[in-house]
Amino acid sequence: MRAPRSLLPHVYGWLLLLPAAVLLATFTHYPTVASIWESLFLPATATRPGRFVGLANYAAMLDDPVFHQALFNNVWFALGTIPVAIALAILMALIADSALPGRVLMRMAYFTPTILPMIAVANIWLFFYTPGIGLIDQILAGVGLPGHNWLGDPATVMWCLIVMMIWKEAGFFMIFYLAALQSISPDLREAAAIEGASRLTYFRRITFPLLMPTTLFVLITALINAFRVVDQLFIMTKGGPDNASMLLLYYIYETAFSFFDSAGAAAQTVFLLAVLIGLAVAQFALLERRIHYR
Amino acid sequence: MQRLKTLISAAALVGAAVFASAFGAPAHAVDLTMYYPVAVGGPLTKIVDGMVADFEKSHPDIKVHAIYAGNYNDARIKALAALKSGQPAELSVMFSIDLYELTELNAIESFDTVAKTDADKAWLKSFYPALMSNGELAGKTWSIPFQRSTIVMYYNKDAFKEAGLDPNHPPATWAEMREMAKKLVKKNASGDVERWGVEIPSTGYPYWMFQALAIENGQELMSADGRKVFFGSPASVEALQYWHDLSAKDGVMPKGTVEWGTLRQAFLDGKTAIMWHSTGNLTAVKKAAKFDFGVAMLPANKRRGSPTGGGNFYIFKGGKPEAKAAALTFIKWMTAPERTAEWSIKTGYMGTRPDAYETPALKKYVAEFPPAAVARDQLKYSVAELSTYDTGRVRKLLDDAIQAALTGKSTPKAALQGAQSRATQLLKRYQ
Repeated sequence: MRAPRSLLPHVYGWLLLLPAAVLLATFTHYPTVASIWESLFLPATATRPGRFVGLANYAAMLDDPVFHQALFNNVWFALGTIPVAIALAILMALIADSALPGRVLMRMAYFTPTILPMIAVANIWLFFYTPGIGLIDQILAGVGLPGHNWLGDPATVMWCLIVMMIWKEAGFFMIFYLAALQSISPDLREAAAIEGASRLTYFRRITFPLLMPTTLFVLITALINAFRVVDQLFIMTKGGPDNASMLLLYYIYETAFSFFDSAGAAAQTVFLLAVLIGLAVAQFALLERRIHYR
Repeated sequence: MQRLKTLISAAALVGAAVFASAFGAPAHAVDLTMYYPVAVGGPLTKIVDGMVADFEKSHPDIKVHAIYAGNYNDARIKALAALKSGQPAELSVMFSIDLYELTELNAIESFDTVAKTDADKAWLKSFYPALMSNGELAGKTWSIPFQRSTIVMYYNKDAFKEAGLDPNHPPATWAEMREMAKKLVKKNASGDVERWGVEIPSTGYPYWMFQALAIENGQELMSADGRKVFFGSPASVEALQYWHDLSAKDGVMPKGTVEWGTLRQAFLDGKTAIMWHSTGNLTAVKKAAKFDFGVAMLPANKRRGSPTGGGNFYIFKGGKPEAKAAALTFIKWMTAPERTAEWSIKTGYMGTRPDAYETPALKKYVAEFPPAAVARDQLKYSVAELSTYDTGRVRKLLDDAIQAALTGKSTPKAALQGAQSRATQLLKRYQ
């Protein structure tokens, strides 16, 4: 009753994969399929029976002006945060990588916002933005400028969130760039110096292209974060005023848990998932060809 | 083979031990799990833990796991998640206005099914009727008032004196509040406002503040059966117009929305002379205020008024009868006059029953600190908090309309009438 010898490595391999596969199936694949399934039904309540409704939940979603606004805000939020955060991260990494005195301290300082939990950060920034007594208004008052109701004004609330997100994320991305910079061979710098290349040319032609794999990774992480991280809304704005800072995931949360509309939330979740998958695939497809992997 | 046998028997032993500790030999006759939310300032979790510890001392056969669950939304989510997972919490403190949703989800037990004795029935009648109305539906009682509040007006007496106003005469009407607020605004040399006249928070729970204004203007916002709303009526529009004008026309309130969470700090820092807020903040304000402050009922236009607010005890379906009985024992203990008095003194939430104010402790406290009785005195003008079928969506429509008007994105009339027509649409299937 011995298994054929050739089968053993396969069994062995599958057994090794099993723990990860079980976790993924339980917490990722099953919920995904369940969401798609649930988005096609209207659930039962005490006063009406549940039934299959096809794509009606999706139609209601597309008909919902708040959903449109949340989607628009999210795109804006991503465009506002990602380029600046990446540029800052590269800049900070270049500074932290140079042979300045006290650079260990500087690296730590840059990294601090990252290790703070988003909820704590949001609470701190909530008071920064508070009109009159907040840090920002106090600084403005110090130089004789009038204060502003930063989070209470639909015209400024999104910018407030964007600035906070950049502050929170740039240090995190810096770590990846720092690691990438330190893996670039010093020979290249010497060679460039001998050829008489300026520092800007060296950065543009050598450093930046060599950083591209990191940039792709950071870009995808940042994009996913822009749709995934909404903790700050719970503390700071609840999506207001009048949905001016509503983001998709927060709206899904509201739909599911404030409106008790699990089917509508499932439809929005499937939509968000499709968007994120689409973005990730597009990024890989577009950027893969232009990246120099060593 | 021998080793395998040893292994199996060892595993069986461990399994048996785990099983025994999980299911056998309970330390208590009944274990209760309760989720509860905190929505105001102060060390409320400590106070609840202290009360629970006292309860367990006097009831050694009941063990209560009181779990702090965030704000009202979070508490409801956790309680419902526990219910769905098949291991329901026996009881929870949740928003008094969650009633329609919770009955729609078939999640809660009515107190008429657990409170059967005459003493229990008398107990159900011992609370202020205004606080019971959010918990009554279809002739049954579904929740028991616990951390209940109304909106009151906190005002800075020092600022009143500075502005040449009588610190013992808070504004009693809308017109008076507007005129006094104008005098209370303080500007610096370059014309920037250093202190606002009045702030009414418009994030977090905008509908709650608006409901107060609507009631004061003689307008109920929903029908008693929760199937109709009256957002777009002329009196509602007039109420929102008044709120809107306080910032847009009279310049006594900051433009844009006023943040619920930071308003207390702004008041304590003297950045606003008057604030409207939950009475649940009273003790926190009392502890931190460095100036003389007063608390008053909200001003009247056609009448006085405020919605009630806050959280009630609910009992969930699905538990064993003895657990439900234990939950009832616990709720009765927590809402007894002495505990209600203790809770009210420590937090600022109102005493939920008249006899709580007859206890020596609360009597003494009210005598020394009269603001503690304002919420109670205002109760006779209070109405049930906005709560309808599909309440989350309906409430959000109103919240958005209020914020749209206050931020100048829309006129009060257009905003409220838009909310009205969409809410009517949503409520159609419950007619």
